[in-house]
Amino acid sequence: MTEKIIMEAKDLSLQADGKDILRGISLQVYPKEIFGIMGPSGSGKTSFLRLANHTFKAREFSTQGQLFVLGEEVLEGDVAIIPLRRRVSMVFATPVVLPSSIFENLVYGLRVQGITDKHVLEEAAVKGLKAAILWDEVRDRLRTPAKKLSGGQQQRLCIARAMAMSPKILLLDEPTSGLDPISTFRIEEALKELKSKHTIVLVSNNTKQIARVTDRCAFLLMGDLIETGKTGQIFTVPKQRKTDDYIAGRFG
Amino acid sequence: MTPKRSEHIALGLMVSGAFLALAILFFIIAVIMIKGLPHITLRFLLDNPMDMGRAGGIFSTIVSTVYLLVVSLIIAIPLGVGTAIYLTEYTKEGLITKIIRFGTECLAGVPSIILGLFGFILLVIKLGFGWSVLSGGISLSIMILPVIIRTSEEAIKSVPASYRDINKVLGGTRWQGITRLVLPSAAPGILTGVILSVGRGIGETAVVIFTLGTSLRIPFSLFDSGRSMAVHFYLLAREGISMNNAYATAAVLVFSILFINILSYYLMHRFVARRR
Amino acid sequence: MAATAIQRKEKLIERIFLLIAFSSIFSLFIIALFIFAEGLPLIWKVGLKDFLLSTRWAPTKGHFGIFAMIVSSFWVTIGALLFGGPLGLMCSFFLVEFASDRLRAFIKPALELLAGIPSVVYGFLGVVYLVPLVRDYLGGPGLSLLTASIILGIMILPTVISISVDALVAVPDSYREAAFSLGATRWQTTYMVTVHAARSGIITSLVLGMGRAVGETMAVIMIAGNALKIPLSPLDPLRTLTSNIALEMGYASGMHRQALFATGIVLFFFVMALNTIATVYARRKRIK
Repeated sequence: MTEKIIMEAKDLSLQADGKDILRGISLQVYPKEIFGIMGPSGSGKTSFLRLANHTFKAREFSTQGQLFVLGEEVLEGDVAIIPLRRRVSMVFATPVVLPSSIFENLVYGLRVQGITDKHVLEEAAVKGLKAAILWDEVRDRLRTPAKKLSGGQQQRLCIARAMAMSPKILLLDEPTSGLDPISTFRIEEALKELKSKHTIVLVSNNTKQIARVTDRCAFLLMGDLIETGKTGQIFTVPKQRKTDDYIAGRFG
Repeated sequence: MTPKRSEHIALGLMVSGAFLALAILFFIIAVIMIKGLPHITLRFLLDNPMDMGRAGGIFSTIVSTVYLLVVSLIIAIPLGVGTAIYLTEYTKEGLITKIIRFGTECLAGVPSIILGLFGFILLVIKLGFGWSVLSGGISLSIMILPVIIRTSEEAIKSVPASYRDINKVLGGTRWQGITRLVLPSAAPGILTGVILSVGRGIGETAVVIFTLGTSLRIPFSLFDSGRSMAVHFYLLAREGISMNNAYATAAVLVFSILFINILSYYLMHRFVARRR
Repeated sequence: MAATAIQRKEKLIERIFLLIAFSSIFSLFIIALFIFAEGLPLIWKVGLKDFLLSTRWAPTKGHFGIFAMIVSSFWVTIGALLFGGPLGLMCSFFLVEFASDRLRAFIKPALELLAGIPSVVYGFLGVVYLVPLVRDYLGGPGLSLLTASIILGIMILPTVISISVDALVAVPDSYREAAFSLGATRWQTTYMVTVHAARSGIITSLVLGMGRAVGETMAVIMIAGNALKIPLSPLDPLRTLTSNIALEMGYASGMHRQALFATGIVLFFFVMALNTIATVYARRKRIK
């Protein structure tokens, strides 16, 4: 595996509960970029993300092809799941804060690794908060319940919580779909900061967001990869008619 | 008969039905309290029974009851909560869950006298535990196990599924998710079930009389016999030993059961309110 | 490697939970095994027919017929159903269809308190208040089928009410609205639409109530008189299967004790049959 590619799907297909979810997807994600995956709902974007850190949920599913994450084939049976998830973290569409303080939310990922050193925990919490541009807003009230934060702050807390574990890859599943424009703007700013050190895969069906923040992107439709490449190119000179229709808002 | 008339008659019947049921409840509570409360003094609660319960208090029966409940909870809580965890966290709905649920329902339906019979022969006689807190505790734990399973399952199910997702993506094992997120969130609901089963255990007689025995001494070891409050009341009332002491014991019983039920009701509501 | 250690530990924990999850089945199995192992030899010796259909119960003289108790248990259960069933259903209809939310929020938990009152307290109050009433106004010893039925009827109320209320609440409001819009009165809607839609749940509640009544012991001992004969009128005393076990277990030994276990087997069948009926009805509701 070359150092240049951090995540790669090779002819990846997925069936779950008797349906085709993904069909022959091949794409690469490079280090320290924001890679966008767009497409209407039901196109397999989230399933792709969830395969990458082994959180895909279905009663029965099978895959063909290969999916390499950080140089490791993650679809093979003997992959070490827990260490994988510690390096590839994920944030969901709706912010889920745990019923504890802001601080305890931030260090959950470290605590489950058995880390109890107060300085290490505090350092990680601060690092996560700064990465999600939340530090200035909550620095004086880390011990208050996380549920008291506003919706936008909660989602940034989720990002901060993921970043506190210093993951190599951050997977974001429509992180701003439930948020107001100002919160969305803050999160997008945070993401642009993050990519100097991290690789981010951003799933969204908001094409404008993909255009604003990603470096390269892919367009999925009904389980097929229609097109992938530099974001600027896809949005200005798409190779496929369907891509053109989608980003122009003619469907989806 | 016109629809309007039958409506009136039906409504009349229903209102009187509900009224009658409530009246019965209040009658029971009122009679026990009115006849029992005047005889309850601090000495009654803190003195041991004398002369077969004709005189003295009920201290040793309170100790026996608490001891018995503690032992049965120590057995039933891990088994009950563990079963609920398995049903909700480790399996999908399928044959195994169906078998376990059916078994739990059946166990809930087993008459208490059969549990008493079973405990008496297996624990008291065959295993040689004798009439003892241990025999009584084990038998009673079987009786309350289904209650704890059912309430814990409800409580665990009401924990948002997203907490488990978060535990996963933050690199927690399933076990860490259960101990750090699921159980703390479900604790009030589980506690409600535990309290409810304490209420059932306090009033139980058929199981207890044949496994714990009827000794009026204070039990110290697990192998000592004792007499629970409910059994004490039963013997006082049935043998006509002392009506005053019977009523007073019943009042203590009913009062603690009322208290426990209202407490669990309150906890459950706070729990539900917090979830919403 | 650390990762496989984690996975191995997880697997181990899962196995432990699976074991724990079978604790209730295991208890049920052990109980059944014991009751059967102790009781079957006696049925074998006495003969199933003589055991079930003879009315002569004199364990010290070698007679083990439990027919009178079977009949008594049957009548007491039916009696409890006759008193508790209609009363319980009236309460549930009132609570679900007619009572305001505030009234229901008060009445329902209050009625559930009835379940918390110890059965010995029911029995005791039955002896003190109901027995003299029956004796003075209706005749007989007072300790009778009628008294036991009334007390057991009250004792099964919480079971009947809580399960049938759940069933009635589960009926979609659209059913009721459809009936109202066709001009039905509330009561017509209740008995023609709601009750019909909730009937499996209502039957389940009655069947489980019967299960509670047939298994009740201490209250019945106190108020039923415990006479060893087939009751011919509601004012006759009787002895149920459960009371028989409880009354004689303390001193029984040998064949006599086996006979009590055999009585337990019959009771076990009674209760399992009722539970199975309830489960089947409850399942039918879910399929719909």
